[in-house]
Amino acid sequence: MKEIDIKDITRTVARMSIEANFFLPADVLDSLHKALADEESDGGKEVLEQLLQNASIAETEGIPLCQDCGLTVVFLEVGQDVHIVGGDLYAAIDEGVRQGYKDGYLRKSIAEPPIFDRPNTKDNTPAVIYTDVVPGENLKITIVPKGGGSENMSALGMLTPAVGEKGVVDFVVRAVEEAGSNPCPPVIVGVGIGGTADRAMLLAKKALLRPVGQPNSDPRFAELEKEILTGVNNLGIGPQGFGGRVTALAVHIETTGAHIASLPVGVNIQCHAARHKEAVL
Amino acid sequence: MDIRAPLTDEVLEKLRAGDRVKISGVVYVARDAAHKRMVEALERGEKSPFDLEGQIVYFMGPSPAKPGQVIGAAGPTTSLRMDAYSPRLMAEGLKGMIGKGSRNQAVIDAMKKYKAVYFAAIGGAGALISKAIKKSDLVAYEELGAEAVLRLEVEDFPVIVVNDIYGGDLYEQGKARYARKGAA
Repeated sequence: MKEIDIKDITRTVARMSIEANFFLPADVLDSLHKALADEESDGGKEVLEQLLQNASIAETEGIPLCQDCGLTVVFLEVGQDVHIVGGDLYAAIDEGVRQGYKDGYLRKSIAEPPIFDRPNTKDNTPAVIYTDVVPGENLKITIVPKGGGSENMSALGMLTPAVGEKGVVDFVVRAVEEAGSNPCPPVIVGVGIGGTADRAMLLAKKALLRPVGQPNSDPRFAELEKEILTGVNNLGIGPQGFGGRVTALAVHIETTGAHIASLPVGVNIQCHAARHKEAVL
Repeated sequence: MDIRAPLTDEVLEKLRAGDRVKISGVVYVARDAAHKRMVEALERGEKSPFDLEGQIVYFMGPSPAKPGQVIGAAGPTTSLRMDAYSPRLMAEGLKGMIGKGSRNQAVIDAMKKYKAVYFAAIGGAGALISKAIKKSDLVAYEELGAEAVLRLEVEDFPVIVVNDIYGGDLYEQGKARYARKGAA
């Protein structure tokens, strides 16, 4: 059994919080370059050029990619042969967020309680943490600083199974259409199909972790991803909603079984600043 | 087109949806919590923390400046959350807004009524936009942290006109031009 000290976890989360906010992952940069080649509208091209320029300024001058440094979503894969020592795991993660957002001069964007006077917690905690227990003796930590503007455009449909594939495609395309220019297109569309209402939403968010444009391993779902992407890009919203061909960079679907009475479909939208970072301890 | 802020009627009459504009001069920063407080102050018959006449408000909450920086990342936030407050500020003389994303009908109607325009800055280009900001001063509501009201001096701040005073709407025009059949 491997022992992992919570101090290492705190240090890792702090480091990744900072890195995620200054460096756009290579797959996202590649996909923005591809979008620039595909885009027809002048306004859209200009936006994409400025986004690439923004990424380069963020990296070289140490300015966050976006002033919305996000709510920190943390995905843990805990090996069942791992023993975490030295204290409370979730408290260690929040401490990492606290340190990273302070040391990295990142914006603290969490209000708690979320209604009444909505005071800012001033340290970007609490993080939203999901834990999966998996075989092995590693601890994998993925952090996703998630912006509020794109998260606000999430949608959940408890569809009737009779609507079939077309119903799913229509629901997702309509969600992106309604989101319009708000979530900072070009976006990445995470879709969760199946499970319960909550599981469909979680799958939609997890779908965003896949490298941009990597298709679902099941060819039928890969085909559905393509169909939704075409539908979304036919909307004409374009980069920043100024009109154009590239409204979404990719559509990712994740699925699980559903009740015979249900067809839950979750949609989680990620802005073009698709920040994520992972580490294995 | 290069324009100066605060705005004059002469400039407002020239602007059309889709125009790419570079703003130099003074813009004020306020987002959700500051808008709420400003409008509540006006409703109580008090003054807003700065004279709104001819001014541009930028919907933004920056990341903290590192030592030696004027400001941190400084891109726009989603404007629809300010829809509830914007008409009241336009009635007080506000002539321009910078944000991202579409506005509701009440705001669009108020823009025509009060002769005001709505610009979009590029959402998610916070590092790039920060380079156009030459000076940042706190004006009010310091306790709101990233949501405080700031006065910025900007040089060649790149924006695009979304809604002009004539009812033009770039988001509608853009979609109409590029939409293809097959969209659900």
